[in-house]
Amino acid sequence: MSKFLLSRRTLLKSAAASLVGAPFVGGVETATAAGLTIGIVYVGPRDDFGWNQAHAVAAVELKKVPGVTVVEEENVPETIAVQKTMESMIQLDGAKLIFATSFGYFDPHMIEMAKKYPDVEFRHAIGLWQKDKHPSNAGSYYAYLHQAHYVDGIAAGLSTKTNKLGFIAAKPISSVLQNINAFTMGVRKVNPAATVQVIFTGDWSLPVREAEATNALADAGCDVITCHVDSPKVVVETAEKRGVMCCGHNASQASLAPKGFITGAEYKWATIYKNFAELLSKGEKLPNFERGGYDRDYVRNTAFGPAASEAARKAATAAIADLKANEPYVAGELKDNKGNVVVPAGKVVDNYDVFLETTNYLVEGVIGSAG
Amino acid sequence: MSAVTADPVSPEPSRLAALGPAVEAVIVPIGAVAAAAALFSLFLLVLGKSPLTFFELLWRGGFGTAFSWQNTLIRTAPLIFTALCVALPARLGLMIIGGEGALVIGGFAAAVVALPMIGVMPGWVAMPVMFAAAALAGALWIGFVGYLRHVRAVNETIASLLMFYIAVAVLNFFVEGPLRSPTDPNKPSTAPIGADFKVGSIPGLDVHWGLVVGVVLAIAAHVLMTRTTFGFAARVTGGNVRAARAQGLPVGKLMIATCALAGACAGIAGYFEVAAVSGKANASLIAGYGFTGILVSFLARHNPIAIPPVAVLFGGLAAAGGLIQRRMGLPDASVQVLQGLIFLFILVSETVYGRLSLFSPETRR
Repeated sequence: MSKFLLSRRTLLKSAAASLVGAPFVGGVETATAAGLTIGIVYVGPRDDFGWNQAHAVAAVELKKVPGVTVVEEENVPETIAVQKTMESMIQLDGAKLIFATSFGYFDPHMIEMAKKYPDVEFRHAIGLWQKDKHPSNAGSYYAYLHQAHYVDGIAAGLSTKTNKLGFIAAKPISSVLQNINAFTMGVRKVNPAATVQVIFTGDWSLPVREAEATNALADAGCDVITCHVDSPKVVVETAEKRGVMCCGHNASQASLAPKGFITGAEYKWATIYKNFAELLSKGEKLPNFERGGYDRDYVRNTAFGPAASEAARKAATAAIADLKANEPYVAGELKDNKGNVVVPAGKVVDNYDVFLETTNYLVEGVIGSAG
Repeated sequence: MSAVTADPVSPEPSRLAALGPAVEAVIVPIGAVAAAAALFSLFLLVLGKSPLTFFELLWRGGFGTAFSWQNTLIRTAPLIFTALCVALPARLGLMIIGGEGALVIGGFAAAVVALPMIGVMPGWVAMPVMFAAAALAGALWIGFVGYLRHVRAVNETIASLLMFYIAVAVLNFFVEGPLRSPTDPNKPSTAPIGADFKVGSIPGLDVHWGLVVGVVLAIAAHVLMTRTTFGFAARVTGGNVRAARAQGLPVGKLMIATCALAGACAGIAGYFEVAAVSGKANASLIAGYGFTGILVSFLARHNPIAIPPVAVLFGGLAAAGGLIQRRMGLPDASVQVLQGLIFLFILVSETVYGRLSLFSPETRR
């Protein structure tokens, strides 16, 4: 027995020794000798018809820029794995700029890497960076998708027949509430009699509950349904199956609803990505906190689908033109759905006003509760 | 190999015969991995990708540079702990697959006991307390599975798996409710434990101390199972429960104690996820280490001493996965396909042991 154990031990030992001894030959090899390498990290699959796809679509655009190499990695969890992915992109691919596209990548993972690699720029796709707290080679970029939801609302408000619309939302947090409110304001601007029923599913990706919610809204008589969940695929497909109209979110879902699609709110991260690539190529400093909406070409609406009426197309196109000119769309008097005044009469809220980012209420016309 | 068995008196064949099982224990898994790699190469060829490039990148991303090694080793640590959570009960014939649940509960417990100590206690007080809390929570979690098995004859495999879902629910309930910290508005988490309570890196390496603790635990588990009466009793029970009972061995106590030890190992994995990586407890604890640990334990044939090298192999696969994705344009799932194939071949290879006449010269089967 002891002989057997000893020999196995010796074997393992020598195997381990040969494994450890071998690798440190040969230096780090980089993928590109010249030019700029940019890494993009996704938390989910690139073809999720949602948040990740919105970034992946931009990556495709970014790849077309001469001199830029894009390296991408999908399904990277918010653990030490993402730190190592970023580091691998820097060490093995020579990345000089990293886009971290999931919320949980920021603290501690991206911050740790920014401290460790001060010569590499790190940017995170939600506005979390603070000047006094975080490294200067890190930063945030964000796009006002609610502007595109407002346009959705205008098109939807003119397309509905029942004057009942539905909104399926993940969690009652500020960015989600902003989109529900913007959609409702769009609807009510062109159709003051209409209401928007909201259902919160409780999490970013709950396909079964999303399907149930879509069916429940359709049963309740809603004839336009939209959503703010990670991947709107289930909602859009279910709505199409039920024969109701829909608006998209995050990326284009037009192909999923060939009959009922009106339009959708899409990020246009490509604008930011290409701007950043250009700035870095010129050796200029990247902004640490970048944000904007239609005025900066950071969001867009999906091309109108067959369900969008002529009137809806016209009104939505006009609204887009206003937003491009940075015309504010939130103005007093605005009440929440409990009757409290949130924007007093006569006051106009600028599109860049941080007041919008502190949204913790649902506006008049929304049926549902944020609490 | 009858040529070798021809003269049973000569010392050479008997030494070979003694070596047989050891050589077999190395050759068979390696053969299984090689077969999985061969089949995976076919899969790549069908996809129109070069297997050569794949394995070259696998080597470079996992082991080819100093950075790759650190990347591999940092992913190795949690796998050692969670594999031990499978391997120890397996010695008693128990199949525990819910190590992920003990990891989640362990990490959660570590973060919770840290809460009242943040800013009050020094690190040298808080860190052992957190470590102990994680190990204890994990021990209770899987120990309970052993208890159910012993007292109510509940199938431990199913019980441990279902307990994982309870662990996730407990974590989510507290992290999204009573213990939610305002510092993470969009990703519910407990309050950050702060730099004082964090576990650092092994000097000269970008790998936290979890790796060292893991290797020490694996060696300790090996000693426990091969050099102590406890281990002997456990192996007898694993060999034949009725015989063990007839011998008067405390089978129930052995089951519960081994399950508790196993759970403690997984709980410690959770401790390092919180104390060395994220600095808080949140949904990131549910990263699948517990489930990969099952594969590692099987590949190591539930032998604690073989777990660290096998965990390095799986750590390397995970570390190289990203590079392969980026360079070859393969989906993330491709490395998982390879992992799955390896697991399958390892399971199949279990039937080969003792059947290769090369390794069992005295007996023909």
